[in-house]
Amino acid sequence: MHGRPRKALKPEDEAASSAKAEKLRSLQAQFLANHHNHIYSKEALELSAKLLEINPECYTAWNYRKLAVQHVLSNSDSDPHSIFNDELKLVESALRKNFKSYGAWHHRKWVLSKGHSSIDNEMRLLNGFQKADPRNFHAWNHRRFVAGLMERSEEDELKYTEEVIGANFSNYSAWHNRSVLLSNLLKRKAEGYFPKEKVLEEEFQHVHNAIFTDPDDQSGWFYHLWLIDQTVKNDAPLLVSSWPSHGSNITLIGDNGLRGCGLSLLNGTLSDTGALPIILYFNQAVKGINSSSVAIKSELLKEELVWKPLSMNNSNTAQVWVVYLNLGNMELQQSKTYSVEINVGHSSGILSANGNHYGDPSQISFEVFVETTCTKPTEGQVGKRTTWDDTNFQKIDHFQELDSIATANQNHHIPKSSDWCIEQIVKEITNFRDLLSEYDCKIGKLTLARLLTALDMLSSPLDGKKSNTEEVLQLYIDLMKLDPTHPVYYKDEHSLILLKQITSTRDSLLPYCYYHKDATETFTGHVCLRLQNLSLSRMGSIENLLWVQMLDLSHNELQSIEGLEAMQLLSCLNLSHNKFGSLTALGPLRSLKSLKVLNISYNELGSHSIDTRRYLCSSPVAHTEEFTWDRIEILTGSFNAANFWEAFLIFGSLALTELNITGNAVADENFRSFLVKVLPTLKWLDEEELS
Amino acid sequence: MGELATEKHVRYILSVEKRKDNFESVVMEHLRINGAYWGLTALDLLGKLDTVDVDEVVSWLMSCLHESGGFGGNVGHDPHILYTLSAVQVLALFDKLDVIDVDKVTNYIVSLQNEDGSFSGDMWGEVDTRFSYIAICCLSILHRLEKIDVEKAVKYILSCKNMDGGFGCTPGGESHAGQIFCCVGALAITGSLDLVDKDLLGWWLCERQVKSGGLNGRPEKLPDVCYSWWVLSSLTMIDRVHWISKEKLIKFIIDCQDTENGGISDRPDDAVDVFHTFFGVAGLSLLEYPGLKPIDPAYALPVDVVNRIFFTK
Repeated sequence: MHGRPRKALKPEDEAASSAKAEKLRSLQAQFLANHHNHIYSKEALELSAKLLEINPECYTAWNYRKLAVQHVLSNSDSDPHSIFNDELKLVESALRKNFKSYGAWHHRKWVLSKGHSSIDNEMRLLNGFQKADPRNFHAWNHRRFVAGLMERSEEDELKYTEEVIGANFSNYSAWHNRSVLLSNLLKRKAEGYFPKEKVLEEEFQHVHNAIFTDPDDQSGWFYHLWLIDQTVKNDAPLLVSSWPSHGSNITLIGDNGLRGCGLSLLNGTLSDTGALPIILYFNQAVKGINSSSVAIKSELLKEELVWKPLSMNNSNTAQVWVVYLNLGNMELQQSKTYSVEINVGHSSGILSANGNHYGDPSQISFEVFVETTCTKPTEGQVGKRTTWDDTNFQKIDHFQELDSIATANQNHHIPKSSDWCIEQIVKEITNFRDLLSEYDCKIGKLTLARLLTALDMLSSPLDGKKSNTEEVLQLYIDLMKLDPTHPVYYKDEHSLILLKQITSTRDSLLPYCYYHKDATETFTGHVCLRLQNLSLSRMGSIENLLWVQMLDLSHNELQSIEGLEAMQLLSCLNLSHNKFGSLTALGPLRSLKSLKVLNISYNELGSHSIDTRRYLCSSPVAHTEEFTWDRIEILTGSFNAANFWEAFLIFGSLALTELNITGNAVADENFRSFLVKVLPTLKWLDEEELS
Repeated sequence: MGELATEKHVRYILSVEKRKDNFESVVMEHLRINGAYWGLTALDLLGKLDTVDVDEVVSWLMSCLHESGGFGGNVGHDPHILYTLSAVQVLALFDKLDVIDVDKVTNYIVSLQNEDGSFSGDMWGEVDTRFSYIAICCLSILHRLEKIDVEKAVKYILSCKNMDGGFGCTPGGESHAGQIFCCVGALAITGSLDLVDKDLLGWWLCERQVKSGGLNGRPEKLPDVCYSWWVLSSLTMIDRVHWISKEKLIKFIIDCQDTENGGISDRPDDAVDVFHTFFGVAGLSLLEYPGLKPIDPAYALPVDVVNRIFFTK
């Protein structure tokens, strides 16, 4: 019941309601009897019509009407035109009673699809309904259906939205319909809609009327954002970054070939498996990455490579793809440089989810050098535990050759944007600055922040223009105050921009990079990226962090690490003192085969009744994971398997040697003993050495 | 802020079942199975499902089952996918799924999938993404999801995606929070949430929160307690629920209670009904309101019921 006031009925109203109820009950009973006995007499039909006029929601009665029509039509002397006309009249009067009745609208559609009725009346009827309620989505759906039947052109329907918006700009339904029609016209390059530049310019003008007239009315907000997206977006998939990056030198430090010795630079992955990962990071999810669409030329290549999509749901489409060069079994010559050349997209096959072909064939070349000196292995040794205290870190003055750091400006070039595109964004920036100078509003600030971010993205870092990140960060800080209902939305955006700023160049990254010393005060050779204590509520810019092996994200406000699965080199991760609320939030870690050390202490694991990552993590409830009874039963023994499923899922596929999970509600004795069983590789749990 | 009047809501829900004499209850008679699902799930979330006579409910449900394998909304009414899901959900609540012929119900749903992957609601051919959700949710509960063409079903849902990241009833249809729940829920159950533009949709959804703290279902519309479920469950599934103010929404729902006679209404001081009572309680459950059982955002059933379905041998 919607919009009916809560008050006790007066006795006389109560009696009237009872009488009405009695009448309706008897109508329904008679109708059902007719329906069940297949009675389609004139009286029976009138009775069903009466029922539908009182209660258009009674779906069975609409079904009965359809059966009756079919029955009557089977009489050879019937006049289909008049029979269907009666149905249309009945629907019309039912809709006057309740124009949100799904059953009535569908009945109308069913009648019209039979092709015996004139559709001329439909637009008149719709105009009436749309005047009475310009947002009725049933009427809009019906309008699209009728326009199709009448073969009305998309151009004409676009004009109709213009009329509706002209009468009152505050009509989200009309803006929506406009976006549908316009994207069809643009897509098929209809006459007058190609090239898109002029069309989009006009649309910007159009939606300004709405936003600038009443900036607090949301009707034009999403349309404007869609126009920005239409202006800057690149449909074709592109390579954003890779590891190793183009032009880089990878030094492997080995002894006795490569086996049996820790490789300090690529500690986790290489020392255990002898496999060198190659990571490709695209601007959107792609499929079709294989040895023919990505050609690798190198002496190091001895066997056919199988590219793996890093997706959370076993999909064959992913933004990040990885392959492992197996070096473990190779007789590598020391002090020799091996070159690797990767050609991406020179032959077709790489497609976006929408079916767009890879846009910009590119080449990544890097060199692998095997050095003879052996540094002794440091990680995972008995008696030593990774500590994250400040005293274990030493600031870096400048990067050395060996520090294989790759930041945004070394990553892949973004194709030059058209001048029009940049000009249009600059024009919008001016427009929104003007708006803000007159009226301090959230959509003005938010749009300005988005436009400035888009402009930074379009401008090449090489052309020397100052980036707008400082201003954007300030805008998001202002927005948190201006719109206290959604502070975390702006905080998340702030975090993303901050990370973009930090990872943009080697210079910007340097203050966050440290050399790590282990418990015995020995430098491990690891560069640790310390992004702790930055109030980050969201992780981002992972495309610039593919080189990171040791990452400290402690003392932030993170509750998810979406995207971290791309960091295939990661071996030590500190997530302590954040807001992780469920084990499923750690899902991305399952793809990190090199991860050895995880600190997840002092979070909110086990403190929440609702798991917001339940469907973003591979799981039986989402049909992306089978429930493996045998293994979990052996592991849980007397424990309830369902309670340990998430822990089994996450930790069962990791090979951690150190785990710290103190300070979480979930970590009771039962849970800890389960962890020891599910992680046979574990040497340290919390701060205790396992025997 | 007031507190949730649990006892009164329980009494209200139980009384609705019995009350059949006023006009509103007669108008709703054809969807009594939906009503049973709303009322019983709310009772379970409030921890009071044991006050119900299970055998009575189950035998009434079974009298709504047709030869085709579909359920009608009440005794004597035609089968439709809408009521088939409610029936299956109620049976799941009571752990009584063994009373139905699973293959038969499965066949009914499978027969409603169209060539383009969409689903009709019944033999009369109305197509709507609501029915895609229902088919997927229902078959998943019955462990029969593989019987339909899931890939095509997902593709159809994506063809209903809009410029705002939301979803409509059919391709070109306007985004609506209820419809978004259906589409996001179907994508969640089929492990396809990577196809949702979570940041764009999340922004649209969080902007549904209006000054009073309540949520509306489309831009520039009035808030309504039922969107506490549709919007909130969608935000939960895509992990963006922290983008709204939980405190303000809790206050709005609590303000919509009838503290005298129980029940929750669409807006403060409106007439209560079992539909809004369920969605209010379900919304509070997603907001982790103390004393309520947690609800699963995709299956719209208590988490322990969903876990029983998927994590019991």
